[in-house]
Amino acid sequence: MSACCPACGTTVLAGEAFCEQCGQDLAAAGHSGSCTACGSAAVGSDGYCENCGMLQPTGRDHAETEVETSAGVTDRGLRHSKNEDAMALVTAGPGTVIGVVCDGVSTSSRPEEASQAAADMAALTLAKRIAEGEDAATATREAVAMAARAVAAAARPGEDAPACTYVSAVAAGRHVTVAWVGDSRAYWLGAHPALLTEDDAAPGTHMLTAWLGADAGEVVPHVREFTTDGPGLVLLCSDGLWNYYPEPEALAAAALDDTPVAAARRLVRMANDAGGQDNITVVLIPFGQGDAGDATVAFPKERSG
Amino acid sequence: MADFTIRVDQNKYLPAGSQEVHGIVTAEASGPVGAAPAADAAEVIIVDTSGSMSYGKINDARKAAQAAIDTLRDGVFFAVIAGNHQAEVIYPGHGGLAPATPQTRYESKQAVAQLRADGGTAMGRWLRRAADLFSAHQMAHPDAIKHAILLTDGKNEHESAPEFDANLAYSAGKFVCDCRGVGTDWVVAEVRRIGSTLLGSVMDVRRPEELADDFRAMTEAAMGKTVADVALRIWTPRSATLNFVKQVSPALEDLTGRRTDVDALTGDYPTGAWGGETREYHISVRVPPGQVGQEMRAGLVKLVVPQTGQVLASGNILALWSDDPALSTRLNPRVAHYTGQQELASLIQEGLQARNDGDIETATARLGKARGIAERAGNDETARLLDKVVDIDPATGTARLKRVVDKADEIALDTRSVRTVRMRKDPES
Repeated sequence: MSACCPACGTTVLAGEAFCEQCGQDLAAAGHSGSCTACGSAAVGSDGYCENCGMLQPTGRDHAETEVETSAGVTDRGLRHSKNEDAMALVTAGPGTVIGVVCDGVSTSSRPEEASQAAADMAALTLAKRIAEGEDAATATREAVAMAARAVAAAARPGEDAPACTYVSAVAAGRHVTVAWVGDSRAYWLGAHPALLTEDDAAPGTHMLTAWLGADAGEVVPHVREFTTDGPGLVLLCSDGLWNYYPEPEALAAAALDDTPVAAARRLVRMANDAGGQDNITVVLIPFGQGDAGDATVAFPKERSG
Repeated sequence: MADFTIRVDQNKYLPAGSQEVHGIVTAEASGPVGAAPAADAAEVIIVDTSGSMSYGKINDARKAAQAAIDTLRDGVFFAVIAGNHQAEVIYPGHGGLAPATPQTRYESKQAVAQLRADGGTAMGRWLRRAADLFSAHQMAHPDAIKHAILLTDGKNEHESAPEFDANLAYSAGKFVCDCRGVGTDWVVAEVRRIGSTLLGSVMDVRRPEELADDFRAMTEAAMGKTVADVALRIWTPRSATLNFVKQVSPALEDLTGRRTDVDALTGDYPTGAWGGETREYHISVRVPPGQVGQEMRAGLVKLVVPQTGQVLASGNILALWSDDPALSTRLNPRVAHYTGQQELASLIQEGLQARNDGDIETATARLGKARGIAERAGNDETARLLDKVVDIDPATGTARLKRVVDKADEIALDTRSVRTVRMRKDPES
C-alpha cells in the first residue's frame, strides 16, 4: 500500500516516517496514509481512496513558502477539488529575488502537473542564468521558453495538452523585471499601486489568448522592466485572487502594513471569504526597501527593454 | 498481443447533492493484427438440418459451411455439427476437433455435401454438443480462441424451455457464438438470447444464397481475434451502487447481470474474444452525495485477462461536485448519443411487439418516434428499415403503420435494432 507525500507528491510507502524525495516528516504532516473521508488505510498512489473513492487532499491544497523577506501562499480555494496553481520563490545571489506563479488551465489534462513543471523550470532557469551574469530580461525570456518546453513535453497522445499561465518577477535592487503569458497578474503595491500586466485574454472573459502548452504554438512572453524610487511590494497572483480584488488600491490596502507572509495569508483569506471559487496563489516580494527616504514615488516607470 | 486502450467520456461535474454518474468507456484493441497462432483457434460450424431446411435452403447451407471451412487457416481446429432435434458431429468422427489441412478440408466438405434436411429443431442440444467439443479441446489448448457459427431457419420447438435454458447456461463462457437466422420462420428473441449469452452477434440473412459470403466473412472475423477471454473489471466505491454496465457499440448488450464478483467492491463482466476492434460501454454508478469541491473516483474500469489477472488498460469514472451550473448541467455528447441509441432500440422492439399484439396506437407512436431518432442520430439503415413499416407524412410528421409489411423486413428491423451507430460528429477528433 502506498500514498503520496503531502509536500511534494512523491509516492511514499506505508510506515515510512519521512519522504525519500523531499524529506517531509510524514507523521508531523498528519499524514498516516489513511483516507481523510472514511478512515480506510487503503489510499492508492493516485490519491483516490480504494474504499470510498474520495480524492485525498495533498500538500498543494495549502502551501506557504518564505525566502528571505519574501513570501508565497497557495490555496485550493473552496470550490475546486485540487490546487492546480503552482508557485516558486528563490534567490539568485544577494538582493535578487525570483518569484513565479503558474495557473493550470482546468479544461486541459493534468493542469496541476503543467503549472508545477512550468514554475519549477522557470525558477531554476532564472536563478541559474542570473547567477551566471545574464541580464534579467534575457534570463526571463529564456526561462519562459524553457517552461513552455517543459509543459509541451508533458503532452501525451490522445488527450488535451496540459496547459498553464505564467507570471514571473525578478526583483533586484530597485529594478523589477516582469513577464507573463495568460491572465496571471503582477501588481505594484506601494504609495501609488498599479497593475503591471495586461491579461492575455478576451476582454471581460477568461478566454485565454496565450498560454504555455503543446497546443500553444510559439510562446512569446510580454517582458517589462520597471524601476522604483520608493518602497513597496511586488505581488504575483493567479486569478483566484484578482477575480475578487482587481483594483491595485484594495490589494495595497490589505497588504502594505504587515509582513509579506502575513499579508499573503490575508489576501488568500480575503479571496476565500469572497467565495473561493478558484485556486488562489499570492507571492509578495518586498521591493525598494531602504530607499524610503529619497522618495517621491514615481512608480511604475516602464522602460523599454 | 494487441495493445488495449481505454478512454472515458463523461461530464464529471455534478450539482451539489447529485448522485448519478454516467460514463462512456471506449475500449480499443490495436497493434499487431497478425492474428493468433492457428493452433490457438478453434471453430465449430453448426448447421440447422431440420426438415424446414429442405427445398433449396439446405443446399445454400451446405455451400455456406463449405465456404467457412475454406476460410479456416491451416492448423485451426474445427468440427461441423448438423443440428435438428438432435446434434450430430458430422466431422471429424473421433469426438474431438480436427486441424485444418487440405485433406481435412476436403473430407469435411464431402461430409457437408451429404447433409440432408430432416427432423426438428433443438438448438440448446446443438450448443451443448459444441460446448463439449470446446471443453475437450481446452484441456490441451488453454488459450484457444473458441468460436462457433450457428445457422437456423426455425423455431426451437423440439426441446422444452427448461432444457433449452439448461443447455444455454451449460454453454455460457465456453465459447463465443455468432448466430444467423435465414428465412422468415425463426424467432428473433430466441436467437438473440443465444447471441447475448454467448457474446456473439445475431443477424438475419434474407436470401439463402447470401449465406456463403456471410459465413466466409464471419469466419474471417473469428480468425482475426487475438485474445481469447477479456473481461471488463469494474471497481466502485463501498457506498456506491453500480446501476448498469451495457455494451453500446457496436451493438447493445446489457452486461449488468453477467457480473462475477472479484472482491466486495470489484466485479468482472465478460466481453469474449478480441481482435483489432473498438467497443463502447455505458456505465452508470450511483454514488453518495458529495460536497461542492470534493472529487471522487466513482468507478475504476479495467480490461483484464481474468485467468491471469493481467491488466490490459484502465480508466477512471470521476465525480466532482460543483456549484457552477454551466459545468454541472452540461451533457456529455457521447453519453447523450448512446442514451439515444438505447431509446431507439427500445422503441423499435416495443413498437414491433405492440404491432404484433394488435395495439396499433402504441405501435404507431413508438415506431414513429423511432423513425425521428434514427434520422437525427444517423442510423441510416434503421431509418430505411423503419420506412418499410411506417409511413411518415413529411408535412405534418404524423406516422401511420403500413398495412402490408414484408415479414423479412420486420425480422431485419427487429434483429438490427440492437446495432448502434457511432457518433456522427466526434467533438474530440
